[in-house]
Amino acid sequence: MGHLAGVDGFMYPNEIELQWSILIVLYPFITGLVAGAFILASLERVFKVAVLKPTYRLSLLTALAFLLVAPLPLQLHLGHPERSLEMYLTPHRSSAMAMFGFVYLWYLMVVLLVEIWLDYRADIVQLAQTSRGPMRLLYRIMTLGSMNVGPASRSLDDRVGWLVTLIGIPSAFLLHGYVGFIFGSVKANAWWSTPLMPIVFVFSAMVSGIAAVVLVYYAYSWFQRRPIDMACVDAIARFLFYVFVVDFSLEMLDLVHRMYEADESFRTLDFMVKTRLFVPQIVLQITLGTVVPLLMLGATQVVRFREAVRRRLYMISCCLTLIGIFAMRWNVVIGGQLFSKSYLGYTTYKLEFATREGLVPAVALMVLPLIILAVLLKLLPPWRQQEPVDAVTQ
Amino acid sequence: MSMTRREMITRTGKFIILTAAAAEGLQQLTGSAQGQPLKYDAAKHWWAMTLDVEKCIGCGNCVRACAAENDVPRGYFRTWIERYHVIGNDIEHPTVESPDGGIHGFPPAAGDDGKWFFVPKLCNHCAHSPCVQVCPVGATFESPDGVVLVDEKYCLGCRYCVQACPYGCRYIHPKKKTVDKCTLCYHRITRGLTTACCEACPTGARKLADLKDPNDPVHEFLRNNVVQVLKPQMATGSKAYYAGLDGSVR
Repeated sequence: MGHLAGVDGFMYPNEIELQWSILIVLYPFITGLVAGAFILASLERVFKVAVLKPTYRLSLLTALAFLLVAPLPLQLHLGHPERSLEMYLTPHRSSAMAMFGFVYLWYLMVVLLVEIWLDYRADIVQLAQTSRGPMRLLYRIMTLGSMNVGPASRSLDDRVGWLVTLIGIPSAFLLHGYVGFIFGSVKANAWWSTPLMPIVFVFSAMVSGIAAVVLVYYAYSWFQRRPIDMACVDAIARFLFYVFVVDFSLEMLDLVHRMYEADESFRTLDFMVKTRLFVPQIVLQITLGTVVPLLMLGATQVVRFREAVRRRLYMISCCLTLIGIFAMRWNVVIGGQLFSKSYLGYTTYKLEFATREGLVPAVALMVLPLIILAVLLKLLPPWRQQEPVDAVTQ
Repeated sequence: MSMTRREMITRTGKFIILTAAAAEGLQQLTGSAQGQPLKYDAAKHWWAMTLDVEKCIGCGNCVRACAAENDVPRGYFRTWIERYHVIGNDIEHPTVESPDGGIHGFPPAAGDDGKWFFVPKLCNHCAHSPCVQVCPVGATFESPDGVVLVDEKYCLGCRYCVQACPYGCRYIHPKKKTVDKCTLCYHRITRGLTTACCEACPTGARKLADLKDPNDPVHEFLRNNVVQVLKPQMATGSKAYYAGLDGSVR
């Protein structure tokens, strides 16, 4: 089969065409950002890490913006998107994929929207009273008729919100661990099939979500002409560093395990990583996207840099981290389809440009959550001066 | 009773037409003598296939017959043939080729070193199919007689089953945008016929087998041969039974 363009060695004849495109790379990348951003928010809420307060609402809104977009790449990818509702109506219980709709709805409707609404309710009521015109109507609708912001009512919001966040943490783990399971449970694919996959996905999700929130915080502060709260960013960077160490250790454990075990797939996968995946795996994911940001974040933990230096180091390491995690998703999804299940050959992924599963819709799908986030931030300003619940209830 | 010649011809014509119509109607109801199911009972069958590697000559008849019978789109394969070349004891690194799935047969083997042999492939109609397991809506299912089928009116085209099949037997139909695969010629075998590929095989290398039929030659085949399935480590309950399968085959 060597005469076929892009194919080296032997592929089963039906394997030459890749099944899952860049859109399926976006799916775990986006859900990872959601889960990570939410977990960061829950640190402030559940574990009372007060220093993270400036990013609490930003994290929630970032999670919501990306969660709203998460199903779109899947929908765009389906051969028959008009039938996707069947996954809700007649789910096949033995299928890992069939649960996506339910996990998604649980996370969106039960966790994220409820928590955001409870946290913002007092603000929404106030905005409904002070706004004019259509915005007033919109805010009134968003109150869902609950205009009582008395101490008892706000105290109840706070307690229920805390409970929802508590439920939300395992839900965030479930959301992304589940996405990892979709890949990790495919026994036919040696690159995917590992019980470590869901755990690696959860930790890499936390890493990417935290990095994304830092960048959103930087950007929003810049737009608002507000100084960066360095105590907050220092705390996030420390947390990011620790989570990143765990994530990297898990990924290296997987690698070392594969190398030491060296089963029938190893030679094929090893060759693939050293050739077709060299740039995305070795250069982008491991070196630029993991080792470099880890060293930078590690340095900030042991050396007392000036504030301006730290700020830049955090920004660069967060950008690199996002590139690295995107590369990781790419390497999982695309890498898992580049080699034959016969372990005798390799194919090539040709990224199309302006087709349904090409680069243009992929970029659009990455820009869309940022637009949604901008609208959400306009609608629900995260840093409004609202009297804290404690003060109200005392 | 007197009858004019015109009346007699008219009545005879009507009799012939009505008799023919009645016969056709009866045939539709009960099934014809050949190729029609006489109340096909799925519970009485458990379909499989036997493949004898030593008998396969790589002629490609099976691939062509399958493509013609099932309107398989060009470049995709419900069945295909692989040619293996193994030198010495290097069974971990065979050279394998399957130009156009072997639909046009194979060019002469280059060199006479090592061993050369053909391996016909198709859906293994696994009893514990990973493809059936992963389908999010149950569009891929196992029939009561042991054939893995796809409901193309229900399939989302998510491609998870293509990823889950260890044997590379599935593809997305380029026009229908749903998954497509070997049906074991279900439309034929439920009418008492064999599959198109088995019918076209000149050497009897592949044979449809009914494991529930005590008189099926499959039982003798399984008894008299060293039989193997592809990738037994996958534990899929494969029902494509190979005789003479080399350890190098993937």
